[in-house]
Amino acid sequence: MAEQTQSKANATPAAAERVPTIIVDDVHVIYRIHKGAAANNGATAALKRIVSRTKTPNIREVHAVKGVSFTAYQGEAIGLIGSNGSGKSTLLRTIAGLLPPAQGAVYTHGQPSLLGVNAALLNDLSGERNVVLGCLAMGMSPEKVKRVTPDIIEFSGINERGDFASLPMRTYSSGMGARLRFAIAATKDHDVLLIDEALATGDRKFRARSEQRVRELRANAGTVFLVSHALGSIRDTCERTIWLEGGVLKMDGPTDEVCNAYEGR
Amino acid sequence: MADTAVADLDSRPSPAELAQRHGLRVAGARPPLREYTRQVWAYRHFITAYSRAKVASSFSNTQLGQLWQLLTPLTNAAVYYLIFGVILSQDRNVDNFIAYLCTGVFVFMFTQSTVANGTSAITNNLGLIRALHFPRAALPVTVTLVQFQQLLMSMVVLAVIVLATGEPLTLRWLLIVPTLLLQTIFNIGLTMVMARFGAKVTDLKQVMPFVLRTWLYASGVLYPVVLFRDHLPQWAATLLEANPALIYIELARYSLLESNQDNLVSPPAQLWGMALAWAVAMGIGGFVYFWRGEKEYGRG
Repeated sequence: MAEQTQSKANATPAAAERVPTIIVDDVHVIYRIHKGAAANNGATAALKRIVSRTKTPNIREVHAVKGVSFTAYQGEAIGLIGSNGSGKSTLLRTIAGLLPPAQGAVYTHGQPSLLGVNAALLNDLSGERNVVLGCLAMGMSPEKVKRVTPDIIEFSGINERGDFASLPMRTYSSGMGARLRFAIAATKDHDVLLIDEALATGDRKFRARSEQRVRELRANAGTVFLVSHALGSIRDTCERTIWLEGGVLKMDGPTDEVCNAYEGR
Repeated sequence: MADTAVADLDSRPSPAELAQRHGLRVAGARPPLREYTRQVWAYRHFITAYSRAKVASSFSNTQLGQLWQLLTPLTNAAVYYLIFGVILSQDRNVDNFIAYLCTGVFVFMFTQSTVANGTSAITNNLGLIRALHFPRAALPVTVTLVQFQQLLMSMVVLAVIVLATGEPLTLRWLLIVPTLLLQTIFNIGLTMVMARFGAKVTDLKQVMPFVLRTWLYASGVLYPVVLFRDHLPQWAATLLEANPALIYIELARYSLLESNQDNLVSPPAQLWGMALAWAVAMGIGGFVYFWRGEKEYGRG
């Protein structure tokens, strides 16, 4: 598929003038997992190994992304598709600079922001306090945080059934938690925006609201990446799509082409 | 033929060259030390809010809640007093053993719990690290500040114990402020070292309780420090007297305990010098050491 990108780049005479915002150059990402806690690996087995001096690899490596390369340009919206565990979220984290690549490099324009629903906050704290913490963690000033906190709670809609904002987050349903996390993450405008399945969050009413918000964010962002299993929203928002399978870039091209190939596999 | 090859190369430069030409930077690259320091300072509001939230959430599943901040040091002091003061009657050489013991326990607990929690500062927050951008040094600093708030509570308890056991309230009490500030700087540095180390070596968390227990016994918390000179060879005693935990504990005793002025392990001037040296060396050294690993923390 690498040829396809190249031929595309050659075909467009303006290719040289387009401004790249993200360059992913042969990126490999490897997770290291310590198997110390595995079930078949009890204390007696470990002791036996030490006594008999047999070497078992205690660390398992999961090669999540295997040599992906592409270039994203100013003003592009790129969809990222692939089956579960194909390395989409991992690739986004690497682009955001949150997960270092084992090999290769990612070059970015400005600081990309990852907009996900996985932002871990403190479950023992009230929703409102989590909003304040989340905003501060994104680098907002305390004055601005104070200003936007009511808007975020309003947007997330967690107060629709009583005053949930003052209750600890562990009392929330999983949908409510995800909605609040999305609302926090979507507060800020970003240069390069990486959206991880955010549109699939919450009930229908919230989804409509969040799609609207993402569209606004897109208008202000230079480049947008969207990871989703809903091909519909990818077709709606992205003109280019990258298909990852098993950590390898399988296809990169216009959304319609790639989506059709993905559906027909 | 050669010409076209050159033209081809020109039209498609290597990714690194292309990145440089358009001013792109490597994602997640480590900022220079000065810039990093500025970032940590810019995140001070996050650090204070996060540590306050941690304190609030730490007892949120208990019925007595924040009262445990007072009860924990009190219980600790009671247990140690029972064993070392009553059962082993270790207090032969010390006039006011309860106050002596409590000062040592509370000041040591500050360093101990900071280090114990700091070892997992990165591993426990991996979710946060993989979701958001912030200078990772905020995490070990937060750990230290959480324990600092616990320390302030312990100091209230300590003040009551010290006064109740008949020590006078003197102007020298003010010296507890610089003592604890120096200890805090030392702790931040040490926590940063442990956090980076603990992120790499995950087994460290299991070993730390034993290391800290050993450190406790070597810090003159539970027995009179004069025993060092009586029982140990010269070199070992000298080594133990340079122990930073011991130095901060002795300075706290020097500030608070009128009855203990003659039993200090070293003269006050020497204690202050060593306390300052440890704080500066560990504070700067720990920060630089932690900064050098900044890129790697997301890997886990």
